[in-house]
Amino acid sequence: MTVAALDVFLNSLDFIVDRRELILDKTWEHVQLSAVALAVSIALAVPVGVVLGHLHRGSFLAVNLANVGRALPTLVVIAVGVAFLGIGFANQVVALVVLGVPPILTNAYVAVDEVEPDAVEAARGMGMTPSQVLRRIELPLALPLLFAGIRTAAVFIVATATIAAIAGGGGLGEILVNQASYRVEGLVGAAICVSLLALAADAGLGLVQRALTPRGLKEEVPAFEPDVRSVV
Amino acid sequence: MTAGPVIPDFGEASDCVSENRTFCSDWVRENWDPVLQPALVEHVKLTLIAVVVGFAISLVAALLAHRLRHVERPFAIASAVIYTIPSLALFQLLVPITGLTVTTVEVALVGYTLLILFRNILTGLRSAPPEVLEAARGMGLTGTQTLFRVELPLALPAIVAGLRVAVVSTIALATVAAFVVSEGLGVPILGALPLNFKTEIIAAGALAVGLAIVADAMLVVVQRLLTPWAYTRRVA
Amino acid sequence: MRAPRQAVEIVFDHATKRYPGRAAAAVDDLSLVIPAGEVCCLVGPSGGGKTTAMKLVNRLVELTSGDVRVDGRSVRSLDETELRRGIGYVIQQVGLFPHMTVAENVATVPRLLGWSKAEIAARVDELLDLVDLPAVDYRARYASQLSGGERQRVGLARALAADPPVMLMDEPFGALDPITRMRLQNELLRIQREVRKTIIFVTHDIDEAILLGDRVAILRDGGILVQYDTPEELLARPADEFVARFVGADRGLKRLSLTRLGELELEPAETASGPVLDAGTTLRDALSAMLNDGSRTVLVEGGDGATRQLTLDRLAELLR
Repeated sequence: MTVAALDVFLNSLDFIVDRRELILDKTWEHVQLSAVALAVSIALAVPVGVVLGHLHRGSFLAVNLANVGRALPTLVVIAVGVAFLGIGFANQVVALVVLGVPPILTNAYVAVDEVEPDAVEAARGMGMTPSQVLRRIELPLALPLLFAGIRTAAVFIVATATIAAIAGGGGLGEILVNQASYRVEGLVGAAICVSLLALAADAGLGLVQRALTPRGLKEEVPAFEPDVRSVV
Repeated sequence: MTAGPVIPDFGEASDCVSENRTFCSDWVRENWDPVLQPALVEHVKLTLIAVVVGFAISLVAALLAHRLRHVERPFAIASAVIYTIPSLALFQLLVPITGLTVTTVEVALVGYTLLILFRNILTGLRSAPPEVLEAARGMGLTGTQTLFRVELPLALPAIVAGLRVAVVSTIALATVAAFVVSEGLGVPILGALPLNFKTEIIAAGALAVGLAIVADAMLVVVQRLLTPWAYTRRVA
Repeated sequence: MRAPRQAVEIVFDHATKRYPGRAAAAVDDLSLVIPAGEVCCLVGPSGGGKTTAMKLVNRLVELTSGDVRVDGRSVRSLDETELRRGIGYVIQQVGLFPHMTVAENVATVPRLLGWSKAEIAARVDELLDLVDLPAVDYRARYASQLSGGERQRVGLARALAADPPVMLMDEPFGALDPITRMRLQNELLRIQREVRKTIIFVTHDIDEAILLGDRVAILRDGGILVQYDTPEELLARPADEFVARFVGADRGLKRLSLTRLGELELEPAETASGPVLDAGTTLRDALSAMLNDGSRTVLVEGGDGATRQLTLDRLAELLR
């Protein structure tokens, strides 16, 4: 059986090379879908999370949002999206944003909320206005954890975009669910590509996270692992 | 890819169903036994097996990593890589090896639990305060006794927290199993998609979410029962 | 009920501990004898090797050369786990098991030794009583619900649980506020009068050592023994400059706090006048009263009802 499996894997590599235009096309669609969804999620979640964290308000909601997001089966979100919004790029972005917002918002909130209170107090005591405190003290210190949330959301979105293919979102998922057209080799080939895409996104954002971490905080948030912290 | 069960044709669909309104409770009542309940039971089974096996593997790995520091990095990186691979892709990568079977699904689901369980168990084991370990050693507890009577009990809060996340994530991920095998709550959803049948999608989806909430709540109760000391505060 | 165990003698016989890669020894050729039933305080500057020396007894630190004998047997001759179950160990941060109740904490070593449930329950109650924590209230509490002083009392009870003949105490009261510390020091003295263990007590506080120790060993950096004497001898005749500085320039006054008015043969007070003090007052406080009052005499109620007197001259004579 393993010989047959090896055979399939080798053939799938052939598939990737032979149909590279298709692969690149689909990968580009996938990246587009994910990037747009991620951008929208960041635009929605970061301001809300940061402001709530700065004001130290709404902790119950903000903290539990990530847990709720994790409990939402991706297939359910896509399916509900299809049922009520129909198929197509824009509708799938909506579904992906629903899944991408919770980890970003929760992390943004916790990151700003848990900035060392002594530092904030010292800043206020020095005469900084609230918005200056936010900009110069809280945000830089919150950046690592905040970015970890973005990283988690990015991986989540890339993964879910794969399933969004069934709803006409395009992307590598289209190959993955279409055994009739592409046969096993195609499916495995697409699976390899989307895995590499996800790993690359994670690693890439990991490097950015590292670069953004102020030198004094380097050890606090592990840059090599996805942030699956459960805020209990 | 397999197709889910088609909506049973009773010949006379109610108005609600034929107009595809948002939610038809009559459909749900009729189809609870044949469609929804079996899917729910299968879903619970899939989750339970995955979490139990994943926990066993992670526990062994964490105990090893606690004693031998070199074990930690490789296991952590391997489980992180698995976690990052999208579920559908992981299923497809396994299909050539284990076929379109429940095994494929379980292997993938187990893989996804490893990261959170391994990390939390290890963190929990390391959370025993150093003076507690010193007192234990000075009193004459052996290494094994210290592990079972001190380190593991003190690791329970972190372990249960990890289990909560693992269970909830697995319940959510198990819906995707429907792409590989005709089991679980993903099946009615996939089946209802081509026809855009709202009621079935919402019913199955609600069950999945509800299952996650119930499982999470149960684990919270378990945590309270197992760790009474974590909920006390200074009396005087 | 088990019969209380007799205290035993501890002997350090040229005990030495060297760590690899370090020139100076942590404990250098330490030889001293701690008679059974006595409290020996190991005092010295921080990092001076006193804790290391103490840990040689329960083998938390292994000897490089020389020997340590408990009740005549070398500590090396016993399995280290067995050895430790026969020695009470108390540390500064206590190390109470957070997930166990007070009763379960205290019961730890008896459980390891296989005592029956009834024996354990009785013993736990007995010990909580001994450390002045009513069992009825404290049995079921958790460490997080106790104050610092209460925690250390439980730590003490836990160390005494299996009735070990030897106790090792590593700066046990160091993390407590001064008032609680004083209380616990007096508690320890009271408990020791009842149970009479052989105790090694490590501290960097010379006043604590003088208060608690039957004998005091002053260790210099590198665990080198400089003087080993009773508190009176130590204060009256310090062996060298180091000890003299360590015990403090006020050692004369410290000596005065070792004796109380009631312990002396005093002359009857006839026409003398001065502040009236309790028989339990230390000579140091008596001197302080004289200075406060501007008097050269203090008066004490004698046991027979007669008033006795202590003059400044007599006090100075006592110091000679």
